[in-house]
Amino acid sequence: MRSCQLHAAALAAAAFALTTGNALAQKKYDTGAGDTEIKIGNIMPYSGPASAYGVIGKTEQAYFDKINAEGGINGRKIKFISYDDGYSPPKTVEQARKLVESDEVLLVFNPLGTPSNSAIEKYMNTKKVPQLFVASGATKWNDPKDFPWTMGWQPSYQSEAHIYAKYLIKEKPEGKIAVLYQNDDFGKDYLKGLKDGLAAKASMIVAEESYESAEPSIDGHIVKLRASGADVFVSITTPKFAAQAIKKLAEIDWHPIHVLSNVSASVGGVMQPAGYENAQGILSAAYAKDGADPQWDNDPGMKNFFGFLAKYYPDANKRDGSVVYGYGVAQTLVHVLKMCGDDLTRENVMKQAASLRNFETDTLLPGIRINTSPTDFAPIQQLKMMRFKGDKWELFGDIISGELSN
Amino acid sequence: MSAADEVEVVTEGQAVEAVPKRAMTLGAGTSLTVLVLLLVIPLFVKNFIIFQMTMLLIYGLAVLALNILTGGSGQFSLGQSAFYAIGAYTSAILMEHFNLNYALTLPVAGLLCFVAGFLFGQPALRLSGVYLALATFALATAMPQLLKLGYFEHWTGGVQGLVVTKPDAPEYLESALKALHLNISQDMWVYYFTLVITVAIYVWSVNLLRSRSGRALMAIRDNEIAASSMGVNVALYKTLAFGVSAGITGVAGGLGAIAVQFVAPDSYTITFAISLFLGMVVGGVGWLPGSFVGAAFIIFVPNISESISKGLSGAVFGVLLFLVIFLVPHGARQVAIAGQQLAGRFRR
Repeated sequence: MRSCQLHAAALAAAAFALTTGNALAQKKYDTGAGDTEIKIGNIMPYSGPASAYGVIGKTEQAYFDKINAEGGINGRKIKFISYDDGYSPPKTVEQARKLVESDEVLLVFNPLGTPSNSAIEKYMNTKKVPQLFVASGATKWNDPKDFPWTMGWQPSYQSEAHIYAKYLIKEKPEGKIAVLYQNDDFGKDYLKGLKDGLAAKASMIVAEESYESAEPSIDGHIVKLRASGADVFVSITTPKFAAQAIKKLAEIDWHPIHVLSNVSASVGGVMQPAGYENAQGILSAAYAKDGADPQWDNDPGMKNFFGFLAKYYPDANKRDGSVVYGYGVAQTLVHVLKMCGDDLTRENVMKQAASLRNFETDTLLPGIRINTSPTDFAPIQQLKMMRFKGDKWELFGDIISGELSN
Repeated sequence: MSAADEVEVVTEGQAVEAVPKRAMTLGAGTSLTVLVLLLVIPLFVKNFIIFQMTMLLIYGLAVLALNILTGGSGQFSLGQSAFYAIGAYTSAILMEHFNLNYALTLPVAGLLCFVAGFLFGQPALRLSGVYLALATFALATAMPQLLKLGYFEHWTGGVQGLVVTKPDAPEYLESALKALHLNISQDMWVYYFTLVITVAIYVWSVNLLRSRSGRALMAIRDNEIAASSMGVNVALYKTLAFGVSAGITGVAGGLGAIAVQFVAPDSYTITFAISLFLGMVVGGVGWLPGSFVGAAFIIFVPNISESISKGLSGAVFGVLLFLVIFLVPHGARQVAIAGQQLAGRFRR
């Protein structure tokens, strides 16, 4: 086992040396890259309904500042151009075109939002400009055949739902599942993942209820779900509704196995307002370390992360999952650009991004690795189950892969 | 400055001030200059700028439509985003599901929105001022959710939206230009296509407001009772104004879908309706050319404020908007009038 790993590492190193060696011989650039600079574009909702995610863009900027201060990537400084789209798709198109045609960036990195990315996907692929590591959990970003210039990063909603399905089949094969989901792309993608994951056992789902994100309260749905006689409750909800559901369950004294989507697993944003006493035993899954969790205080990766925050982004809130996210995804990009060596063409960027082998960022849970291939554009596909206990999440079990068979 | 000149700068009295119809348009010389500029500039700039200019024309049309409604007939609307959405989706669905030619989808979009607007105008008759604004506000808030409804999902693509294919220039034009060693990009073609439609609608709108119907609308705006005692069918003209405004907005929406190549419910939220309203106020209520100035404001000023401060872009935008409203409360029209007076003084 050990020697096998060593072998793999040696091979990877050799392959790396080979590619860089090759590239050294011939410096190749596309628009946006040069001997001293690499221009990276980005689109974030700094304003509008999703502006809370703007923190991701700021973290990325700070991370690239750090890279530049440390000498850049193979001697080249990163110029990070980040625009606001206010989470409005037409504005995303305008900003993407500005980045590609006016600022002439090498690639567009980590634009945020499912509708916004859908709006520019076709454009980016016609222009053959990488739309790299998009910040959305939709499953559609893993489609290298039709969209070879678009790649996701985080585990897709379907992957995550697969993991819960696997867990439930194993731990509660006779369970009756009630599902509450948000009626949008997130909820539907997730529900599909859950059903696909259960496969032959999809009949375990005895009740489904959807809610609109504009509804003031979801109490009615919960009461209905309880009436179905289910003993497993899967909550595919965004933070506000997740907290409501936890409270309502306690109120009507219903204690099923409670599975909660990762987007709402925030301690500060969901568990605390819902009341720790109501949230005990809730299950979820994670792929990144939690900046607020003291168990990582002595973790070497997180020490790097905290050191970075102290020096380059002191006013960041380390409890905010978006900060951890921004750091991890920026680190992945820097790794890809390093792998590109002196061949900074758009084609090579995609090629290197599609050949990540067991890459680990400082912020991923131990054992979770980033892997891609020319036919697999879903970098993170593993998660670990966790259970809420006291005032924090406790990880348990093995790392589970939610790989989707296409 | 003489006392007579002072009067030119209209003093505010009612919510929508009375704009004399002559003052609603530009002089012939200025119009021609602007038109020539709009025709020539795209030949010398990047595709991205052409795209921005296309969006300027499209938003300009939408603001113009609102201007006819508010500046012309004195009715408020915060629901223009809903009609814009209907237009955009009509075009997108007809193009993608029925393979209809993009140019043919626009009249359909316009007609559908005209009907929708006319129907909405019926209940709106009983409301006025802020109450009407509130009712239309409800329309704008409801629209994105209606588009997400599972019932329509087969057509609308639900939350994922629809991707629209961008049209090429017609082949005969392309080959004709090839003979002259010229290339026409998709963006340029969409721009000129939009320009032709915009100019047509603009000219039509100007004539509408100068016509008998336009006079009737303005009479209603200035005093409903007086208008009805002069024999103007107040109910009919008010609903017609709603219909025409919605129809033009629908055409703008259709063009928007073609230019952006994507429609999704999140594109047409209440924020967009408020932007259009803002564009109208900045351009000058009731001054049709101002619509395009207003459109420029809502497209470019957010970009400017973003370049000043990323974290505080909203606040910077607010300050800029405040400055505009404070310094030139009548918007671009006031600037234009001041410019004219200045030019007049130099001539003397």
